[in-house]
Amino acid sequence: MEDVLIGRVRQAIADGMPLRIRGGGSKAFYGRHCDGAALDLSAHRGVIAYDPAELVITARAGTPLAEIESLLADDGQMLPFEPPHFSSRATLGGMVAAGLSGPRRPWVGSVRDAVLGIKLLNGRGEVLRLGGQVMKNVAGYDLSRLMAGALGTLGVLLEVSLKVLPRPAEELTLAFELDAERAAARLRQWGRQPLPVSATLIHAGRLHLRLSGSAQGVRAARQMLGGEPSDAAIWQDVREHTLAFFQTPRPLWRISLPPAAPDLNLPGEQLSEWGGALRWLASDLAGEALRRRVTAAGGHATLFRHHDGRGEVFQPLAPPLFALHRRVKQALDPHGLFNPGRMYEGL
Amino acid sequence: MKPTFLADLRAALPAHALLVEAEALRPYECDGLSAYRQVPLAVCLPETLEQAQAVLRACRAHRVPVVARGAGTGLSGGALPLADGVILSLARFDRIVAIDPDNRVARVQPGVRNLAISEAAAPYGLYYAPDPSSQIACSIGGNVAENSGGVHCLKYGLTVHNLLALKVLTLDGELLELGDCTRPGALDAPGYDLLALMTGSEGLLGIVVEVAVRLLVRPERAQVVLAAFDSVEAAGAAVAAVIGAGILPAGLEMMDNPAIRAAEDFVHAGYPVDAAAILLCELDGTNAEVSEQIMAVRAVLVEAGAREVRTAEDDAQRMKFWAGRKGAFPAVGRISPDYYCMDGTIPRRQLAFVLKRIAELSERYGLRVANVFHAGDGNLHPLILFDANRAGELEHAEAFGTDILKLCVEVGGTVTGEHGIGVEKLDASCSQFSPEELAQFHAIKAAFDPDGLLNPGKAVPTLHRCAELGRMHVHGGALPFPELPRF
Repeated sequence: MEDVLIGRVRQAIADGMPLRIRGGGSKAFYGRHCDGAALDLSAHRGVIAYDPAELVITARAGTPLAEIESLLADDGQMLPFEPPHFSSRATLGGMVAAGLSGPRRPWVGSVRDAVLGIKLLNGRGEVLRLGGQVMKNVAGYDLSRLMAGALGTLGVLLEVSLKVLPRPAEELTLAFELDAERAAARLRQWGRQPLPVSATLIHAGRLHLRLSGSAQGVRAARQMLGGEPSDAAIWQDVREHTLAFFQTPRPLWRISLPPAAPDLNLPGEQLSEWGGALRWLASDLAGEALRRRVTAAGGHATLFRHHDGRGEVFQPLAPPLFALHRRVKQALDPHGLFNPGRMYEGL
Repeated sequence: MKPTFLADLRAALPAHALLVEAEALRPYECDGLSAYRQVPLAVCLPETLEQAQAVLRACRAHRVPVVARGAGTGLSGGALPLADGVILSLARFDRIVAIDPDNRVARVQPGVRNLAISEAAAPYGLYYAPDPSSQIACSIGGNVAENSGGVHCLKYGLTVHNLLALKVLTLDGELLELGDCTRPGALDAPGYDLLALMTGSEGLLGIVVEVAVRLLVRPERAQVVLAAFDSVEAAGAAVAAVIGAGILPAGLEMMDNPAIRAAEDFVHAGYPVDAAAILLCELDGTNAEVSEQIMAVRAVLVEAGAREVRTAEDDAQRMKFWAGRKGAFPAVGRISPDYYCMDGTIPRRQLAFVLKRIAELSERYGLRVANVFHAGDGNLHPLILFDANRAGELEHAEAFGTDILKLCVEVGGTVTGEHGIGVEKLDASCSQFSPEELAQFHAIKAAFDPDGLLNPGKAVPTLHRCAELGRMHVHGGALPFPELPRF
């Protein structure tokens, strides 16, 4: 299968024809529209190595995410960053390329933080092994973490090695009846205390909080915090966007901010995760106006769903930084083959 | 030095910020790896962004290489001067710009010492997690350049996992912002993750002029368990057992017998000097959590064959247990005229095999070795003992070290876990990368630094160098140990 993929890339170089890399298609909505012949990775699958005592898993990029998660769960382990699937067909490679993390991210790190190494097919048709299968490795530039969130514009991921973690012995979801402002204030206060928090959600007049850790640690925190035990299914619903909030026809924005940034009072419906560092907004507000206000607060905004894929989906970059992006792209994909324009026009 | 270049440097900097006299340059001739020395053309100590930009522009105009330097504590020669280059010291960029407790962020200049960040954050109950052993001296800018680790990486990550934003100067003096360094706190940034790429790039891609780091809430309690074993194999198996039990220690360190003896003589930490290996396992979290985990860890260690398991009785004893480990390098320095510290990382399951092979190599080379090991994340520091005053012994030690690093690559690991390639491991890294991989690294370098003047010749060996060594690409070709599992 790897040879077939290498052959396709070499052919694309010869033909000067761009390629649209595709795993399970679960995140095809994410990013900008891009042209090109489909390069399907879904048959390049299978776990190559997993030794629970090493806390490392290595698998081919087309391996279904569900398969990986179930394998880890059998040994009491997990992908710490709780990646969204958005479909049962989600793959490992797509997960890294999209770079999206779920509710646990602020406390245990992102997809990118967990990437230890990759096998990459670059735009010269060469197969490169970057990073490794060990926790600590500073040999060579860190090109493997660079692939996280690059939306496949820098190369074809063939294999990925990830750091995994043991599942917490105990988890408990609590709910508090609080309006958004008071909930945010509560999180700011708790954020300065040593509490075993592993997820937060402010939505519809409630603050939801998940505690993770040892049984006694969770129990002690529960006694201190109060609140009512509630359904843990909420985390899956918010992660997978199956919560009613996300069933909106309006443009859906993903807004990343410093966690203690005040409510920006943007028009539309809002939901807040990650202790305040991630806010979802369903709004008809024009992108430019929205981004001005988000930028002023130290954040950036992504037009996540319900758009035509032609405009600025991701926050525009300062000109010198964009010029550097183009040179980095050129260094890995000199013929501009992979997912042209998926992230930014001209990249 | 060309008079026109000197004139440009003088125009860029106040007189006291430019060193050109031989005596003044001498302290800069090496970093923490003192086996390599070279006096630079000049040392520039800018105090402002504008001065740093002017120095870089002068260097670019005259095609003079620039080597950035933080505190000079690096262990791979990353800040070793070049004879025809200048040192750009960030030592005077030493201001803590802001601590923001609500967002749990510190904004600091690159010359700020690692430990100073935690000290400044302490009044808020916060700290900066990565703690390389040189943390009282090393600078955060250097930590970014090397992606420094420490003893708590398994749970809290390396430098790269604890950064939020950077301000970086390119050679033409352009200021790049990777993330929002002025209003930091957001957990991601638009575009490519150049923050990750910049971290650990050893001064080859840009000059870091401001850093925003994440602060963590100081755990309510930390506790250390010391376990003694009669064999390193048993200690290695115990590490796997702890992880396998679903416990994620804050630190998990191993020392072999020579390291235990040296450390005990030096620090009197109370280590059992007749043990073949000891493990130090630190657990942190809330009070309730730590109490529960201590019981669990003790049970796992006893089950794994520890002949003695001790829990530190109080904070003083905990610090003492750690003092032995943290003092292991100077302790070894006391029992040998010189030592050479290696920094390979291996999959943990290969530990017993690798230590056995190191012992065999030790016999073959006739040089003693003490091993300290960040067991939690597989980062091995064999210390090769030698005497530089004996003819040929340094070269002998280096050859031994290179053999150890090749071994690390062969078992599926890497030649450097946290010290960097610098100049020291250029040859060793030839065995880790294929010609295509090296060419890709050089292309990335050119994307950031088309003039090739930022710390040239470090971190990534040239294809030519590796070809001459005939040591290219062990991992893809025929391997000396085909029986080993690897991936």
